[in-house]
Amino acid sequence: MQAELLSVRDLSVSFATEGGVARVLDAVSLTLRAGEIMGLVGESGCGKTTLARSILGALPPNAQVRGTALSFAGQDLLTLDPRVVADRVRGRAITFVPQDPFSAFNPLFTVGDQVTELLRWKSPDRRPGEYFYPRARRRADRGRALAMLRAVHLADPPRLLTKYPHELSGGQRQRVMIAMALLPEPKLVIADEPTTALDVTIQAQILKLLRTLANEHGASVLFTTHDLGTAWEICDRVTVMYAGQTLETAPIEAFVRRPMVPYTRLLLESLPSRNAALQGIPGDVPSLVSPPSGCRFHPRCPQASDACRAEHPAVSEQSAGHYVRCHHPQLTAVEAAAV
Amino acid sequence: MSALRRLMRDRSAMLGLAIIVALVAVAVFATPLATFPQDVTTYHPPNRLLPPGPKFWFGTDRMGGDIYSRLLFGARITILIAVVATSVAVLIGVPVGLVAGYYTNRVSDLLMRVSDVFLAVPQIVLAIAIAQTLGPAIQNVILALSVTYWPFWARLVYAETRSLRNEVFIEAAVALGASPLRVMALHVLPSIASSVIVRTTIGMGGTILVAAALGFLGLGPPPPTPEWGRMIAESRAFLPQAWWYAAAPGIAILLVVMGFNLLGDGLRDVLDPRLRRGGDAG
Amino acid sequence: MRLIAMIARRCLWMPPTLLGLVLLVFAISHVIPSDPARVMAGENAPPEQVAALREKYGLDRPLPVQFVRYVADVARGNMGISLFTQRPVADDLLARLPATLELALYAIVIAVLAGVPLGVIAALRRNSLLDHVVRVVTVAGLAMAAFWLAILLQLLFSMWLGLTPVQGRIDGWGPDPITGFYTLDAALRGDWATLGQALRYLALPTLTLALPAMATIVRFTRAGVLNVMSSNFVFYQAAMGIPRRRVVWKYILRSALIGTLTQIGLIFGNLIAGAVVVETVFDWPGLGSFAVSSILQSDYNAIMSFTLFIGVVFILVNLMVDVAQAVLDPRGR
Repeated sequence: MQAELLSVRDLSVSFATEGGVARVLDAVSLTLRAGEIMGLVGESGCGKTTLARSILGALPPNAQVRGTALSFAGQDLLTLDPRVVADRVRGRAITFVPQDPFSAFNPLFTVGDQVTELLRWKSPDRRPGEYFYPRARRRADRGRALAMLRAVHLADPPRLLTKYPHELSGGQRQRVMIAMALLPEPKLVIADEPTTALDVTIQAQILKLLRTLANEHGASVLFTTHDLGTAWEICDRVTVMYAGQTLETAPIEAFVRRPMVPYTRLLLESLPSRNAALQGIPGDVPSLVSPPSGCRFHPRCPQASDACRAEHPAVSEQSAGHYVRCHHPQLTAVEAAAV
Repeated sequence: MSALRRLMRDRSAMLGLAIIVALVAVAVFATPLATFPQDVTTYHPPNRLLPPGPKFWFGTDRMGGDIYSRLLFGARITILIAVVATSVAVLIGVPVGLVAGYYTNRVSDLLMRVSDVFLAVPQIVLAIAIAQTLGPAIQNVILALSVTYWPFWARLVYAETRSLRNEVFIEAAVALGASPLRVMALHVLPSIASSVIVRTTIGMGGTILVAAALGFLGLGPPPPTPEWGRMIAESRAFLPQAWWYAAAPGIAILLVVMGFNLLGDGLRDVLDPRLRRGGDAG
Repeated sequence: MRLIAMIARRCLWMPPTLLGLVLLVFAISHVIPSDPARVMAGENAPPEQVAALREKYGLDRPLPVQFVRYVADVARGNMGISLFTQRPVADDLLARLPATLELALYAIVIAVLAGVPLGVIAALRRNSLLDHVVRVVTVAGLAMAAFWLAILLQLLFSMWLGLTPVQGRIDGWGPDPITGFYTLDAALRGDWATLGQALRYLALPTLTLALPAMATIVRFTRAGVLNVMSSNFVFYQAAMGIPRRRVVWKYILRSALIGTLTQIGLIFGNLIAGAVVVETVFDWPGLGSFAVSSILQSDYNAIMSFTLFIGVVFILVNLMVDVAQAVLDPRGR
């Protein structure tokens, strides 16, 4: 059993919106171990991106955050000095791969400028609080950057650094993003739907690249996706979310073959398969301003009971590494879905 | 309509609207509101250059006329010039822009080249040239302003129509057999309507400023017409003693233009989300 | 390479526009009036003078012939004789250009140096007291007639407080001309006394021109910064913990500045419009006051030539702005 790297306990995040206060995350819990790749799966609006950003500490100023603990490598990020978090954690111990690599680059500066900017503040050689960028370190960092660009299978790295973002292809841009995420030698890489904006043909390549490099550098990966196929590709474990609540966490095999939470089962069954007719989940995603009480899935759940309406269940471990938050977990085998 | 309600919640936009309504009211009811309505045309030399007081609220001018009353009647001139000039410019410029933007032929190019020539010179410079040629009269001011303003609209609508041409809903309309006129009138026009409304409002303010400048330079309606710009020009010879003579019309211009600008800004925030500044959502 | 191609393309665009401008001015001066000769001679001129003018400028010829002659004249730099000064208008214009240029340049520099940081800070401290004050002041500033602001400032600083001279560009003779810019010439000659004087006379006119320009710059910079602040690359840099100050002053500022640059054409146009009235109020011997005095004297040639001249300057400025934009924004190339 690897060491626990990240532990989120009862994290709640809400925003003030025009229609009222939206409770985007409701007592979310999650654990991540060192070196593992976890997928955060859910429909649009389920809060997976907000959760990813909460861990990064990159929420908008009008977000209200409450939680028991958000501990990373033994430190509680909720109580740590924000300046320390910005300097040592963000971009260094925890890095980020964005969904759209095109808009994540500043169009007015070259790729090399932006990589250099990152390394100036986040290179492993940097001393904490250092402001200037000594020439020796600059040279060493450049070598580091070129090596990493080669590791992500980009051709002619020196020339690439002189280009502007709009001169690269989508796949190239995302590879540079992955390189930038790994250069600071992080313990955790958070990827927000890293392949959604890419062509299908290169999605698998990028994902495998991410896994290989993460394993090589001993980094954990937490990546969000709405596509179970993507999760299947590289994840060790998967967590599913619905309407701001975490429902089930399991190793990928168990998640796909033996899910215990009704929502997960329905989600898997709704995947298109050659044998069965297309099947959705009846009902609509609830509003986050006035969500259902207790377990937010209960209005659409075939197993809903009064307990479900009353309160969102606590985390319970059903078997090794398989955690659920459900009043009625059931062990059923799922028809082989075309994952 | 939630857009209208959002506008009503915008306090500065409502202030602007209030100012404009007040302006119109003042212009319409100038006769009863004025203390000395006859001062628009008659002279009282013994009363010249008196400071503000209980009888002459804003003081008197070099002819002894009550500035307050003349100011009220000047509002009529201001509104007349602004509304007519802007309307003519929009009524000419928008269709020209639509046609030029919709088609891509030589006529379209020519129309835009012509607009570019007009826009190559700052509006006031060209307006001065035209007004000077035609002579100081209110209709000449309106003409000069309209002629120098329509190309701005043509360019604006041209750019928006051009970018809309590639939108799917336009392609759909064309595919369904709509005639070009129909497409322009029923599909393109509504899409650009909000942009036109916003800029018309702000444009009124700008037109008033240019008209006042023309009046200041002596190219506006001749005396004794109480045009605000001319009143300020007249006051120069009597400064610094008769400060009220310059202050009153200037403040009037300031308030009116500010009213249009505030309302225009409010309309922009409500109608044209693309131009909205910065996002608030999390 | 692509940059040069783009500049070349824009330069090719200029002659037709210039020709169109000449045609426009010709239409206003020769076509609209029923009797151009009378308009040119002035209302009080005796018939013989009108006839002489008509003969001299060929105004009885068919219009196309007149136009060709007009174009030829303009191309040679002959813009007619000023009825008032009896000198070639072109000479008058060139003599007065440095005064207006000096004024305009100082005004723009002040407007940019003060306006851009103010706009950035207002955007960063959105909805704070500073932001609200800035917004109100800029709205009011843009609603003021430039000539009225000039009169107000003159009233306050010159007449009531006596801090600055009421009118004029200098007391007595200016420095011996090298560039025509009094401040530059005085500095180049080490004549500090004259430099101080020139600056004192410059202060109020420059301020009057700079304030509206500053209001526009503050508004656009603020909007530009707010717009950029919500973009993904700003989020990315924040998510990766790059110091906020650096993100703002190096990256956000660049994007916002490019947006503001597109407005320079507009600002410059307003500046020229403002210069006309401001020079009148402060009796500044530049192009603007030249235009106004020509209006007052119905000096027709002068007014038309002034219009043409300003048009040409404006076209050139817009070309330079477009080039600058292409240089700064790599996406355009």
